[in-house]
Amino acid sequence: MRTLDKRVKLSRRSVLGAGGASLMALSVLPTGMIVGPDSAWAVTAEALKPESFATLVQMSRDIYPHDRLADKFYAAAVQSFDAAAAASEDDKTLFENGVIGLDAAAMGAHGVPYAQVGWEIDRVALLRGMEKSGFFQRVRGSLVTGIYNNQEVWPLFGYEGESASKGGYIDRGFNDIDWLDQV
Amino acid sequence: MAANFDLNDDSVVVIVGSGAGGGTLGNELAQAGVKTVILEAGGRHEIEDFSNDEWGMFSQISWLDPRTTSGSWRVATDFSGLPAWIVKAVGGSTVHWAGASLRFQEHEFRVRTEYGDVPGANLLDWPITLSEMEPWYARAEDKMGVTRTNNIPGLPGCNNFLVMEAGAKALGYQECHTGRMAINSEPRDGRGACQQIGFCFQGCQSGAKWSTLYAEIPKGEETGNLEVRPNAQVLRIEHDASGKATGVVYADADGNQHMQSARVVCVAGNSIESPRLLLNSASSMFPDGLANSSGQVGRNYMRHMTGSVYGVFDRPVNMYRGTTMAGIITDESKNDPSRGFVGGYEMETLSLGLPFMAAFLDPGSWGREFASAMEMYDHMAGMWLVGEDMPQESNAITLHPSMTDQHGLPIPNVHFDDHPNDVAMRNHAFTQGSAVYDAVGATRTFPTPPYPSTHNLGTNRMSEKARDGVVNKWGQTHDVANLFVSDGSQFTTGASENPTLTIVALAVRQADHIASEMAAGNL
Ligand SMILES: Cc1cc2nc3c(=O)[nH]c(=O)nc-3n(C[C@H](O)[C@H](O)[C@H](O)COP(=O)(O)OP(=O)(O)OC[C@H]3O[C@@H](n4cnc5c(N)ncnc54)[C@H](O)[C@@H]3O)c2cc1C
Ligand code: SF4
Repeated sequence: MRTLDKRVKLSRRSVLGAGGASLMALSVLPTGMIVGPDSAWAVTAEALKPESFATLVQMSRDIYPHDRLADKFYAAAVQSFDAAAAASEDDKTLFENGVIGLDAAAMGAHGVPYAQVGWEIDRVALLRGMEKSGFFQRVRGSLVTGIYNNQEVWPLFGYEGESASKGGYIDRGFNDIDWLDQV
Repeated sequence: MAANFDLNDDSVVVIVGSGAGGGTLGNELAQAGVKTVILEAGGRHEIEDFSNDEWGMFSQISWLDPRTTSGSWRVATDFSGLPAWIVKAVGGSTVHWAGASLRFQEHEFRVRTEYGDVPGANLLDWPITLSEMEPWYARAEDKMGVTRTNNIPGLPGCNNFLVMEAGAKALGYQECHTGRMAINSEPRDGRGACQQIGFCFQGCQSGAKWSTLYAEIPKGEETGNLEVRPNAQVLRIEHDASGKATGVVYADADGNQHMQSARVVCVAGNSIESPRLLLNSASSMFPDGLANSSGQVGRNYMRHMTGSVYGVFDRPVNMYRGTTMAGIITDESKNDPSRGFVGGYEMETLSLGLPFMAAFLDPGSWGREFASAMEMYDHMAGMWLVGEDMPQESNAITLHPSMTDQHGLPIPNVHFDDHPNDVAMRNHAFTQGSAVYDAVGATRTFPTPPYPSTHNLGTNRMSEKARDGVVNKWGQTHDVANLFVSDGSQFTTGASENPTLTIVALAVRQADHIASEMAAGNL
């Protein structure tokens, strides 16, 4: 059957830089720019504090943790929060206060801000504690489209997306499953 | 050429809504020579405007006017502002529907007799029987080009179906095939064959799938008897001192209001908007809403017992390739109370794209458990479970006491509690659905909760006696002779089958009745 190549296509630059774990690998430059672990991508926070932006990236990964998705996909989702914050003071307050609360909870439990809590399980426990909050619900709800409606991630999940322009699947594997006689 | 009628022309039949019920009725009346105006709240988006984009198409043509929810159903928690997935556009929900077209079973027209008194359920026999409906079903199947009828071959089975079929065989189910689908398996009626594009819920770009948008309305317009007025949202129905409907008031795209006169008014806005319109049309003569002497307008809201099962396998399935819903197991649709519930359910293949899967697999859930499920997306097979739910008087569309829409009218609240029979049936269906996939070696299965309602039924139900329901066997309201209901809100009970074939068959039958009553001078 026709299957997809789900490997992430690495540019030479990111191969050289790869190896760093995502955690705390984001750096916030003095200019306010947030830079990925391999310097393969960078974004500038427009409305949110750069540190808040970076924390939200970590939080987003903890909510929908896909180890094969690079940080840039989470950062792309957080950019939409940043845009919302730029458009609305209320949204800006929601996100900034949310991050303050998250960091406070992390300081209380582990003595470090959220993004520096070492284990995912500990960060997730902090998130579980605030699961019902408007902040958490807003972040999680937006990530459903922020992550999974990003066409760039589709191949990594084996989803091909739009097919009409290719003539549908009638000649491209709509019935090519080949293992059913082996079960 | 499409007609163009004057607002003061009181010889026309006015139909509210252009979906399965309204669009079919409009074409049939036009074919019979009756001058007809369809007022449609949404815009006209033709096939060229469709795209293979789940959220894009959803936001382009869904009914997103504000609605509220209440009750213990999980949809009220997961999608509190979106109780139903209904299309607001010319063609109505037939733009997004999947195409499954099944006749009701004989006993499903008389379940009060068949099931007896089920506590808490407001069961009633339909005032019509299967044998009365058979010729109309035959006409509907022919016009919709339903596979496995009229010598039309079934669709070829896609990967998702092949998994279901293998599981059904292993479990010993007898009735499993690629369905009776209003989707061309070969060119027919000027439309091509299915290209297995796989975005049936986004509007069929090949036109293989029947929709009133391109398979009914243009034919009606060709007669010169039909006008479809898009962006015309009907706000209330007017009546005269004798209690006869005289026309409707609607808002155009700019919010300006107009009154369209009418000889007959037919309401086909789907089961939330149709009762809302009747309730919003209350007057001093009809203080509880139009056609509501029984108090049943808006009540007995049904949405089918639903749920889904997704199974994950060690090897790829790629369920998204091909027709969204083209595979069915019908063995469980019989009434066999020994299973612990009355009525039955169908198991139908279903696939969602990655974006919708993220939203619907387990709404609200997150973390590694959820993410690991999503990572197996291309190894998933999926089915939808759809069965008969119990009508309950307290499950109702009511007018919100304070919130209003863009036209200043009270918005609808949708209240729903599952009946214990619905819960027992869902649990049984989850078990059987999982068993189908386990039999093919599933490594994990997900009993997925209901989506926003796609089947909305029963809120202006048909009854023999005026005190039990809103309309008679022709869909004519018991209280107002020239006011009809022409959509799924007429359903007395919901049966286990997807409703649209029955909605279309009733609309064809109703058109025949209205045309002959008009000719006889009775309307
Ligand atoms: C994703 C999806 C898949 C489905 N799959 C199937 C399937 O496989 N098989 C099946 O049998 N059914 C299926 N259905 C259900 C099917 O689409 C509906 O049962 C059917 O379309 C209902 O017909 P209707 O005429 O009652 O309403 P609709 O088709 O929804 O049409 C109602 C129309 O009325 C308009 N309207 C409402 N209020 C007003 C107003 N006040 N003024 C003017 N216009 C108004 C609306 O904009 C809409 O266009 C599916 C539905 C969805 C959403
Ligand atoms: S799979 Fe077939 S019916 Fe569905 S959208 Fe594609 S061509 Fe149309």
